[in-house]
Amino acid sequence: MKLTGAEIIVKALEAEGVEVVFGYPGGAVLPLYDKLYDSSIRHILVRHEQGAAHAADGYARATGKPGVCIATSGPGATNLVTGIANAYMDSIPIIALTGQVAVSAIGRDSFQEADITGITLPIVKHSYLVKDVRQLAPAIRSAFHIATTGRPGPVLIDLPKDVTLAQAEFEYPPQISFRGYRLPEKYSATQIYQAAKAIGESRRPVIYAGGGVVSSGAARELLELAEKAQIPVTTTLLGKGAFPETHPLSLGMLGMHGTKYANYAVSYSDLIIAVGARFDDRVTGRLDTFAPHAQVIHIDIDPAEIGKNVRVHYPLVGDVKEVLRDLIPRVEVPQTREWLEQIAQWKAEHPLTYANEEGILKPQYVIEQIWEVTKGEAVITTEVGQNQMWAAQYYKAIHPRTFISSGGLGTMGFGLPAAIGAQVGRPDAVVFDIAGDGSIQMTSQELATAVQFRLPINIAILNNRYLGMVRQWQELFHGRRYSQTDLADTPDFVKLAEAYGAEGIRVTRAEEVRPALEQAIASPKPVVIDFVIAREENVFPMVPPGESLTKMLGG
Amino acid sequence: MRHTLAVLVENQPGVLTRVAGLFSRRGYNIESLAVGQTHEPSISRMTIVVDGDDRVIEQVTKQLDKLIDVIEVQDITNVEYVDRELVLIKVNAEPPVRGEIMQIVDIFRARIVDIGQRTLIIECTGDEGKIRAIEKSLKPFGILELVRTGKIAMVRGPKYEED
Repeated sequence: MKLTGAEIIVKALEAEGVEVVFGYPGGAVLPLYDKLYDSSIRHILVRHEQGAAHAADGYARATGKPGVCIATSGPGATNLVTGIANAYMDSIPIIALTGQVAVSAIGRDSFQEADITGITLPIVKHSYLVKDVRQLAPAIRSAFHIATTGRPGPVLIDLPKDVTLAQAEFEYPPQISFRGYRLPEKYSATQIYQAAKAIGESRRPVIYAGGGVVSSGAARELLELAEKAQIPVTTTLLGKGAFPETHPLSLGMLGMHGTKYANYAVSYSDLIIAVGARFDDRVTGRLDTFAPHAQVIHIDIDPAEIGKNVRVHYPLVGDVKEVLRDLIPRVEVPQTREWLEQIAQWKAEHPLTYANEEGILKPQYVIEQIWEVTKGEAVITTEVGQNQMWAAQYYKAIHPRTFISSGGLGTMGFGLPAAIGAQVGRPDAVVFDIAGDGSIQMTSQELATAVQFRLPINIAILNNRYLGMVRQWQELFHGRRYSQTDLADTPDFVKLAEAYGAEGIRVTRAEEVRPALEQAIASPKPVVIDFVIAREENVFPMVPPGESLTKMLGG
Repeated sequence: MRHTLAVLVENQPGVLTRVAGLFSRRGYNIESLAVGQTHEPSISRMTIVVDGDDRVIEQVTKQLDKLIDVIEVQDITNVEYVDRELVLIKVNAEPPVRGEIMQIVDIFRARIVDIGQRTLIIECTGDEGKIRAIEKSLKPFGILELVRTGKIAMVRGPKYEED
């Protein structure tokens, strides 16, 4: 029996196990929406397509399953661009389905036409413009395969309207193979032996774990390696949750706003074991002074990451979980007692700290309280800026997939829609979006989505009426000239929440923090808590841009 | 240093954009790129000449290899290969100098493919050195137009063993 293209898409999504999609309808995707109407797939109607992409992203990060978003042609599709770029930079598997004008209208500057495959070329893992209904099922099958295997990433499928209306037999290919898409060749036995030996011979080793540990599901193996060999572990922003930050071997986050002891440990180490991390500039600081005495073992599924930014002595290309499973039994246990003592001393001398001032609400305190009230079991999403760095510093992530943040692209407005996606994917979890007053205003319309779908997310706005991180840079590097960072006329977030049908709470004093958090968690509605915090609080420690990791300001 | 890459890709629309886009967005400069279908109609072959140190070339190669439509990437710089380029040169050729130009054409084993009132079009194939040399030799007459295909290259086969 022949099906229409739209029916084929729905069938294919069902075959891929898709339970929920995030989207926004429009003319070019009407046939698809018509078929979704009868389908068992849940559709979350966002209020802006950027929200759909971020929600799909948050869903993917929280659940480990690919996220799916839908937009119409032209402006609908271009509104996805930021979300697609965000998923690309952080290697998150999302499938973006975009409507397109009819094949015969393509290239004629037709109404709501945009060359979305062209526009997104640099920010997708792969993309398809499906011009023939018979290619639809194979394209969707391939898209899911490509998005979720190897180094994950976003795949876009552009769907001309007439293709979704045309008919074809539905045959879902059970298997697909591509000549040009193979998983990388496995490392040799010698390579793993040499890496294991290098670990045994090191005296000051550090594990530097990134998002690859989370996406590979290798947290248990990482813990096993660290405990067996007694090696301290620092994580990147995306690696938060890959290793329990309550563990004695945890150094917390490294890099620009990392802990001093993590940055010292990396700087004075003789061996860095990079696991699913890519030596981002926010992590390494000035490259030529990064870990000058260290040899580097780099475990990564993407061969192109080996040697991209730093020299690697022992490359192990492969899925992190498989590599660690291979490595752990062979690893020789190094003598790290003195090293761990040194690190303990650094921890004692340079703890993360902030000054409590009477009558002034400190953002760090708010985050600590969120951690305590949720016992570290919440799913946290963040916006971008100071709020994000305070969250990374003071919320100790314990489990993978519980700390969701826009790392590579640094997308303001990510946190709220990502929280929606996370809550949809994990309905029983307590979800907090840790937000800034600037960032939340980029996608605050998604409050309506949260209300409509009864998603009890909690939004903790650290409100200093500034674009805080930019203001901090202006303070430190531009002589306190606060050009265009004063958000003096920030809206009344309590009223805003109420306008959308959510709950709003304002907190101005430390003693109100805990009850507000408890009230929010108990509420079945989305809750916005407007924490009015110290206006000019800074995020410390801080490695100034272009400096070495040891040259930290403050803290 | 200049490297020559032989890249097999799926013969599909948009593949050239993906390859060229990868170079431009990562700031690598393509010196020459020639592309055409192979004996296998579903596969095209690109010969790309790119300038960069070993680290850059390694990144280029790895990033190219990540593209789904790229089947195989080979850096053939350091193996023996045959390379050719085709050039068409339209040169000023008033009757008194035509004889001289024809001699040059003969020396380079090139061909005259069009004669105009005051011009000749010369076709020449060869490696880069030869193309440069004929261009230089014809320059004094006044080159009006010049078009080059970019380099194509093929690795030499294994040699016959001597008895």
